[in-house]
Amino acid sequence: METKNNLKAWLYLAPMLILMIVFTFYPLFNAFIISFYKDYLPLANDGAGSITGYTFANYSVILKNQLFWQSIKNTFVLALVSVPVSILISLFIAVALKSIPKLKGFFQTIFFLPYVTNGIAVGMAFAVMFHRDYGLFNLVLSWFKISPIDWIGGTASWWAQMGALMIFTIWESLAFKILVFTSGLQNIDKQYYDAAKIDHATKWTIFKRITVPLLSPLILYISITSMIGALKAYNSVIGLFGEKLGGQPYSMITIVAFVYKYRSDFSFQGFYSYAASAAIILFIITLIFSLIQTTVSKKRIHY
Amino acid sequence: MAEVFVKNEKSYKVQKIISNVLTFSFLGAIAIVVLVPFYWMILTSLKSSTMIESIPPILFLKPSQWQIWNYKALFEIVESGPRAGQPLFPFFTYMKNTIVISIITTIGTSITTILAAFAFARLNFKGRDIVFAIIIATMMIPGEIFILTNFLTINKLGWYDIMNQSYSDAIFAMTLPFMTSVFYTFYLRQTFKQIPNELYYAAKVDGTTDFKYLLKVMIPVAMPTIITIIILNSMGAWSAYIWPAMVTTKDQFRLVSNGLRGAFTDSGSGRTDYGQQMASAALVTAPLLVVFFVFRKQIMRGVSRSGIKG
Repeated sequence: METKNNLKAWLYLAPMLILMIVFTFYPLFNAFIISFYKDYLPLANDGAGSITGYTFANYSVILKNQLFWQSIKNTFVLALVSVPVSILISLFIAVALKSIPKLKGFFQTIFFLPYVTNGIAVGMAFAVMFHRDYGLFNLVLSWFKISPIDWIGGTASWWAQMGALMIFTIWESLAFKILVFTSGLQNIDKQYYDAAKIDHATKWTIFKRITVPLLSPLILYISITSMIGALKAYNSVIGLFGEKLGGQPYSMITIVAFVYKYRSDFSFQGFYSYAASAAIILFIITLIFSLIQTTVSKKRIHY
Repeated sequence: MAEVFVKNEKSYKVQKIISNVLTFSFLGAIAIVVLVPFYWMILTSLKSSTMIESIPPILFLKPSQWQIWNYKALFEIVESGPRAGQPLFPFFTYMKNTIVISIITTIGTSITTILAAFAFARLNFKGRDIVFAIIIATMMIPGEIFILTNFLTINKLGWYDIMNQSYSDAIFAMTLPFMTSVFYTFYLRQTFKQIPNELYYAAKVDGTTDFKYLLKVMIPVAMPTIITIIILNSMGAWSAYIWPAMVTTKDQFRLVSNGLRGAFTDSGSGRTDYGQQMASAALVTAPLLVVFFVFRKQIMRGVSRSGIKG
């Protein structure tokens, strides 16, 4: 009976497990192996691939590659600024929504729109809005007597391009966070707020002393998952800058874009392994963030 | 004493009005910021090229000034180049591909996740918790790491034939790796677990098989969750960009996102036709918004649960 039950359970799991073994577990393992291949040509010998041995050199090659460091810099600056800013804005919005129960649904629906749209289509709309001569952003700046900025064009500075990418990334990522924080706020006991009202606490004190501490497990969880998400930025760069990946070629390259660039050059000896090494480095970085999450969330949850 | 109280009450009311005004202006401003890109997309798509290039930019257009020419141009047949004989923006081809991919992956994902979630939620077997933990852990891994090998696997299966890829090859290549989802399995397992055990034991006593119980009791009870999964999963195909571009060799096999970027920029002069570009972006965005407004509740509920329980 016991073994029969075991077998049956595995039959139910089989479709998912087989797909995951082929398309998740094996590729994870294989990516490590590819990153140690020497002179790898993945499609040679009728798709069997060819190598001349094993090496650690792929990692040292990309660690000496200027484009790789550019991608690390871009990815981290983008993630470290856009994640905290979008969390703060969406917390304020969620708190504001709580105080207007009647129109909450209406505003929530509007704020959720960016989540359901095609990132590339909207990214292209942002690109038009960031146009130096006929864009909306420079028009608004001109109302404040600020001279036009080249945000995403060929003469754009690194900061201007990064600013544009950050604005777009924050705009895109607010939707999910507002929704999650709003439902998180609903679960906070009303008693805390009633008590604060009796004490005539100011809104800022309530926000600082009640809302943030009680939401802290959720804020931490969202910070880490959005950090991991932001480290994988790619579609937003394509949407805003196109395949050129920047105002100047590759100026806004991200780690994922670096992986894809070398992957697409698979007919050059060893390039596929560079892509694999960069992917493994990204994997290790995200692993570190996940570990931080598990340790921190065990240590300090404010209740 | 009473006077002081009345005074306080009054100032409290004034304070409340001020704070309400501030709240509404803040939320209103954010709402404008959220909506402006959509507005700019549609506005630009309705402008002629001289209107687009006017400085300062035109912020409003009367309906009589609308140019539908940009939309018409998308469907005009191109005479030369890689898209010869096809419309300038083969929207309906991309749309058809996207819908086909979305239906196939959604059916596949529903079947594999329902079966797996049932096993994890209801059946007792050796190693269940370990297998579940390992599967959940894969959610943390960036998908980019899988793509490198998956591309080679698709090639080995013969579906990436540079010279001679057939439509069915392309469909297999685009769908097979996405026929399951760890996240939806997790989400569905939570719902399945809420169904009382007594129901299961009662059915067992009546001699109902596990599969029949899943079909007749668990799936109907968990239908709202399953519908949410179906909607969210179907929408995924609209934003798929890199994988379809990677495993298809012909433009006519690709999905909506692939067609958008790169089109409408003249490779010689580097000039972009923003009007046509925004018209195509609006065409791609519109079906998603329609789906969203029809299934607003299910979508928002599904996404908010994913954040809370993830």
